[in-house]
Amino acid sequence: MSVSISIRHSWPTFSLAADLTMPMGITAIFGRSGSGKTSLINAVAGIFTPDEGRIDIGGAVVLDTKNGINRPTHRRDIGYVFQDARLFPHMSVQENLRYAARHGRAQSNAAREDEIITLLGIDGLLNRRIATLSGGEKQRVTIGRALLSDPKILLMDEPLSALDAPRKAEIMPYLERIRHAVDIPILYVSHSISEVARLAHHMVVLDQGRVIAAGPTQSILSDPALVPILGVRSAGASIVARISAHDSDGLTQLSTSAGVIYVPQLSGEIGHSVRVRILAQDVTIALSRPHDISALNILPTVITDIRIGDGPGAIVSLRSGDDTILSRITRRSVTQLGLTTGMSCYAVVKSVSVGPSDIG
Amino acid sequence: MDLGATEWAAVFLSLKVAFWATLVCLPFAIGVAFVLARKTFYGHSVLNAIVHAPLVLPPVVTGYVLLVLFGRTGPIGGILNDAFGITLAFRWTGAVLAAAIMAFPLMVRAIRLAIEAVDPKLEQAASTLGVPPWRVFATITLPLITSGILAGMILAFAKAMGEFGATITFVSNIPNRTQTIPSAIYAALQVPGQERNAMILVILSACIAIGALIISEALSRRISKRIAGQ
Repeated sequence: MSVSISIRHSWPTFSLAADLTMPMGITAIFGRSGSGKTSLINAVAGIFTPDEGRIDIGGAVVLDTKNGINRPTHRRDIGYVFQDARLFPHMSVQENLRYAARHGRAQSNAAREDEIITLLGIDGLLNRRIATLSGGEKQRVTIGRALLSDPKILLMDEPLSALDAPRKAEIMPYLERIRHAVDIPILYVSHSISEVARLAHHMVVLDQGRVIAAGPTQSILSDPALVPILGVRSAGASIVARISAHDSDGLTQLSTSAGVIYVPQLSGEIGHSVRVRILAQDVTIALSRPHDISALNILPTVITDIRIGDGPGAIVSLRSGDDTILSRITRRSVTQLGLTTGMSCYAVVKSVSVGPSDIG
Repeated sequence: MDLGATEWAAVFLSLKVAFWATLVCLPFAIGVAFVLARKTFYGHSVLNAIVHAPLVLPPVVTGYVLLVLFGRTGPIGGILNDAFGITLAFRWTGAVLAAAIMAFPLMVRAIRLAIEAVDPKLEQAASTLGVPPWRVFATITLPLITSGILAGMILAFAKAMGEFGATITFVSNIPNRTQTIPSAIYAALQVPGQERNAMILVILSACIAIGALIISEALSRRISKRIAGQ
């Protein structure tokens, strides 16, 4: 099942034109505020009608302006998780979860209900009133309510942005579990690179109403051309690694196509694959392999691209095995070291963050 | 209370008229309040003005308009009379119509405020769950405005109990037939020696009106609590 979206719309000072196809799994729509990402997701939901467009959700054409098709929201088979949870205040948690089965399109299915409730860890909340829930609990119930409406696509509009950092961390594992548990495409709107890097298989980058890049998250995040859009501080590669050993001194060995990386102890079993995120600003470059240095992760690489920015910085793309990692250094360093494309050098990685992965 | 049979008839007629006027108003008031609160269309302010007109027009004008339109020979009254055999002018049913028209703006206002306090985003969320609009209204909007509707009904009931100007113009002041509490008080004050009867009726209607206001206030407070999900 796939979803294809093609829309055009003009406002007095802004226009949106996007064509994209979503595979299964999570596709992130990334863009700054005002890039048109909420309009895009609302067009899919039927909350906003574009001037022109065609939207096909798993074979059902819900919008086709040329042929006068424009199904109303309630006939589009979408699940929508809003930024503000929008739970019904006059109902209990359980009544919210069963709302779609009672009044909407969903079939009542006790086994499925139990599965989703367990998945989201909301079994203890079923009889609570909405006003007594925390922000994180509300968001989990909203996700459950949307999934229990039997949607063909799940739309999530910055579901974490209204939450503080600890709450975000609390919900993230549930989002990762959903990704495995549901077999529908998920459209995830976000302006946070770290969320996208951790959750999305695919990503679409929107800038001023245009799709400027689309593809697997890994290749988008390691594309130096996109660094100005993604933000210098959050630019960096996301690569897949496999847990190869747990050492006795509290470190875990990960094998990547580039070589071995050490990270603080992980809980996964040997052989499990994880996603490793290496920020460009955490990678420095050495021409020869440094020996008297505290950094443990030093990878042999070849320079494939050097992009000089407007400011004092430069982004260097480094090919390492099958993966590309990015390094952010100063223009002065580029000159002093005489870096050029095709040169061999070593990437010294100061820090690495690790998230679970279902790839590979 | 040593009220005469005619005065008691006026009290019961008032209660009957107010009851029916409130009931007749209700579906229209919910519909108009929803349209005014949620829809934008050409003529929105005209509809709003028409609904509120009885609040600002002298009641005698409203009564006269009713007499012209709904009198036996009037454009609407004539049709009702010829086709259905229904006469409103100078009947208690006419008093219901007059009271309903006068109470309508109050009921619409109360319900409209309650609807406006319901976040339309909740209705939008319900539609993403595959629920058609009428059912969203029945399951989300309506339960959240119950207290507003009750408050509006109580206000309308009290207003209908006290309606005088339009009623007396449209259905006159016929003892035992169209004489409500206010017209009974008016009649009593026209005759020397009837002050005591008038006073009892005055106290009775004051109690009903103030009681209605207190209940309506308490119910309105419950709307906001309910919407906050407590």
